[in-house]
Amino acid sequence: MNGMSSESLAQFAARNGLKQSAARPSLRMYITQVWQRRTFIWNFASAKTSSMYTSSRLGQLWQVLTPLLNVAVYFLIFGLLLSTSRGVSNFIPFLVTGVFIFTFTQRSVTAGAKSVSSNLSLIRALHFPRASLPFSYVIIELQQLLISMVVLFAIVLGFGEPLGFQWLLIIPTLALQLVFNMGLSLALARVGAFTPDVQQLLPFVLRTWLYTSGVIFAIPEVAKKMHNHQWLIEILKANPGSIYIELARTSLIKSYRGDLAGWHWSDNHLWWYAIAWAVIAFVGGFWYFHRAEERYGRG
Amino acid sequence: MAKALKEKATVNDAQPEVVLDPTREPIVVVDGLHIVYRVYGGGGNKGSAATALMRVVRREGRPQMKEVHAVKGVSFVAYRGDAIGVIGTNGSGKSTLLKAIAGLLPPARGGVYTDGQPSLLGVNAALMKDLSGSRNITLGCLAMGLNMEETRARYEEIVKFADLKPGFIEYPMSTYSSGMGARLRFAIAAARTHDVMLIDEALATGDAKFKRRSKAKIDELRKDAGAVFLVAHNLDVIEETCNRVIWLDEGRIHMDGDPDEVIAAYTEASGK
Repeated sequence: MNGMSSESLAQFAARNGLKQSAARPSLRMYITQVWQRRTFIWNFASAKTSSMYTSSRLGQLWQVLTPLLNVAVYFLIFGLLLSTSRGVSNFIPFLVTGVFIFTFTQRSVTAGAKSVSSNLSLIRALHFPRASLPFSYVIIELQQLLISMVVLFAIVLGFGEPLGFQWLLIIPTLALQLVFNMGLSLALARVGAFTPDVQQLLPFVLRTWLYTSGVIFAIPEVAKKMHNHQWLIEILKANPGSIYIELARTSLIKSYRGDLAGWHWSDNHLWWYAIAWAVIAFVGGFWYFHRAEERYGRG
Repeated sequence: MAKALKEKATVNDAQPEVVLDPTREPIVVVDGLHIVYRVYGGGGNKGSAATALMRVVRREGRPQMKEVHAVKGVSFVAYRGDAIGVIGTNGSGKSTLLKAIAGLLPPARGGVYTDGQPSLLGVNAALMKDLSGSRNITLGCLAMGLNMEETRARYEEIVKFADLKPGFIEYPMSTYSSGMGARLRFAIAAARTHDVMLIDEALATGDAKFKRRSKAKIDELRKDAGAVFLVAHNLDVIEETCNRVIWLDEGRIHMDGDPDEVIAAYTEASGK
């Protein structure tokens, strides 16, 4: 360069109000932008849901079949072969609730981890707050969950559990779980965008989480053997994976409330933990995702 | 401005001096930009599991990492209403420069300053390839921040502009030919006024009819006081569309100025 010093060019840009290309908006502005895209988030999710099964013959019937088959497998292995049903008076509703609720978190996290990396061309071509993508993928799983819930209600009623006002508590439970899942998948979306290896690792982490979240066995029953390790019991109790499952079970399955009383197991902590986890995950996840906003297109 | 540039257009190896035009409003300022990116070469047995493990144990970087210095100190100012063609041989840094303006590549040195968020249309940028064309239109508009009403209002116009064969609008975008995909993508992106639009060979696959219409659209975007950057190997397109051409060579600006002049010099140089 001759004549013009490079500094003056930057100053010239600043004087004319130009900004560094693709700078990250402030957190406040970012929240506004994401909120403004809520129609996009919902429509993107609906479109993806309906296109997901277009290549299979049974189409969207798989939305119901997949969770049912999952339950069948877990029942075969843990109910019949390994008998983890110890102490639970009505094991099928117990197991199905656990599997369905955990699957919601599991699938949200898996989908969130690839939400940015699998939409790079969209990210590069159009400008929109990238957080819309992980949000959309969680909404896809929410739509799937709502179908699963109909199946779940039928199974719970079919196995002789009465319908009661307690059932209404499933709504705040799922709402809190949704918020928790959104936070977690935002965080994983950032990790997955820059470290694709995470997608290979994630299934193992999630399976380990599943086995420690009391999906296939009752935690109070296991806790009996851990008298000397009170801290371990506290960890199991605080595990967000199990919190939302336990809340769903206590609201839908009357006999399970009886089982808990029989174990002298208090469930007072559940709501507090559920709220705390949802807030921590969402605020933390959103903040963490936003910190790399300007870099997602680089891939 | 074109006149001022014509006078300043230099053909030597030194970087052309940036002349500021105080009468016009700048929209993109590229200031001494250097882009260095890393490529991870695969090849040989360097990628086997055992060697990968040893690398992790020894805390080494990924294998065969090469640094490519693709853009070497480019400076220029683009003003509102400019349509700038970027020409040069393969590997001269054209696409890299556009990606950097879009903010997709971090500058190693220097900087890129823009007003508004640039939008980059590349050849392979299928928006959502598993979704139908009509879904792509709706979602694309919503993603750009239009509301449902505005999206509906523009839907017909986009379909008409993309000029797809009847019925194709309901097929998934993955079934489209590259020309059809490019047309639809361009139509969607052009539905909203962008301050800066970067088009990387995205019009190359279109037919003559589409080229005419996209030129009209680019003119319209320029009138809305945005700036358009166009990378194309087809010099006719650039000559017809642009009011200014930048010739990149080995990551440096070789010439910057009036289309006729730069293209003539470029044709002569590449004809040798």
